[in-house]
Amino acid sequence: MINKKVNSVQEALEGIYDNATIMFGGFGLCGIPENAIAELVQKGTKNLSCISNNAGVDDFGLGLLLQKRQIRKMTSSYVGENAEFERQMLSGELEVELIPQGTLAERCRAAQAGIPAFYTPAGYGTEVAIGKETREFNGKMYVMEQAFNADFSIVKAWKGDTAGNLIFKGTARNFNPVMAGAGKITIAEVEELVEAGSLDPNQIHIPGIFVQRIFQGEKYEKRIEKRTVRKRE
Amino acid sequence: MPLTKEDIAKRIARELKDGYFVNLGIGIPTLVANYIPEGINVEIQSENGVLGMGPFPFEGEEDADLINAGKQTITTLAGASFFDSAMSFGMIRGKHVDLTILGAMEVAENGDIANWKIPGKMVKGMGGAMDLVSSAENIIVAMMHVNKEGESKILKKCTLPLTGVGCVKKIVTELAVMEITPKGIKLLERAPGISVEHIIASTEANLIIEGDIPEMVID
Repeated sequence: MINKKVNSVQEALEGIYDNATIMFGGFGLCGIPENAIAELVQKGTKNLSCISNNAGVDDFGLGLLLQKRQIRKMTSSYVGENAEFERQMLSGELEVELIPQGTLAERCRAAQAGIPAFYTPAGYGTEVAIGKETREFNGKMYVMEQAFNADFSIVKAWKGDTAGNLIFKGTARNFNPVMAGAGKITIAEVEELVEAGSLDPNQIHIPGIFVQRIFQGEKYEKRIEKRTVRKRE
Repeated sequence: MPLTKEDIAKRIARELKDGYFVNLGIGIPTLVANYIPEGINVEIQSENGVLGMGPFPFEGEEDADLINAGKQTITTLAGASFFDSAMSFGMIRGKHVDLTILGAMEVAENGDIANWKIPGKMVKGMGGAMDLVSSAENIIVAMMHVNKEGESKILKKCTLPLTGVGCVKKIVTELAVMEITPKGIKLLERAPGISVEHIIASTEANLIIEGDIPEMVID
């Protein structure tokens, strides 16, 4: 067994440098690596290029890095919940690349799987396709999209073991499995880290080969973005 | 009377067929889940990675790890499953999802749709909409017929950046049900008490009107 365990978030993020391109797992605030984000704020790493479906909210998630102006560029599919983000984008302080959500996921998966590019129908005929190769297959038009090239992937799982194997919970899975192994170095934070051998190999969602460093997050706020409930009858 | 948002959702719910896998967008489309007709079994897919979405949780039972694509807390029904974002869009692009219902800022008479950006004013992003509209066989737009300034959202040609080209099949608004055909937009039904003239006056695009246009059946 190759031991991937590191003892702290500080150790896990060692070597992350200014100007790095980093993938962050999560959808909205669900399944985001909140301990690693907090540590990046502490470290003050600058000029980051971030690949993440969303940009957090003003005071949580990637919004914390935006507040400190640590992000130079965001590649996302939906950024609608963050006023500071919108301000930085409209003023030109922040470079933003908006891409279809399925394309974002597949560009991660392609990087993980060693596929340099693929064709997707998403965005054909829209400004997303401008400057990209298009091609017809079976009478339908497709846009060529390329795999991401990221320096780090930071993902969050529910459980993990010291071999780096990961198990996700509910919709906190989202982009985390496709970002694992898509960056040159993958850092996984988990709510519960156990010894290798404690997890059933049948239940592993992401094999440890895609993870270089794993640590147990100190605490999880797991903030809910839109609490919606129904009344009991 | 123009339809309420709930009534628009109810009318769209009548388009559901037994065995459909359905993706519902944010806003009016989400309400469709409340009006699934008796005897019709559908499964709702939310593109953040769940199939078999159920109603909102009871108070105190919210789970931060269980949300829909609108980031609302949800529950799951028997038979539900979770999956990652790449697989989710594999389902969508692979045409395993039968029906997509989404909102729009503009729809054109050739089926073009715009719903993600107002240049210089509002940029929220396309989320999964571009993937959904580029692949779904059946796309229904649920929206208000006119915008807040009273201008038609159903146009000869979209003015906003497009989300997808030639993809919308049907439009349901507070005034009418319309179908996009190769010849243009055909008026199928009108809201109770709303005249055909009223609908024509509220629509910038040309409408194809053949014979008597029946009133919508809502319930």
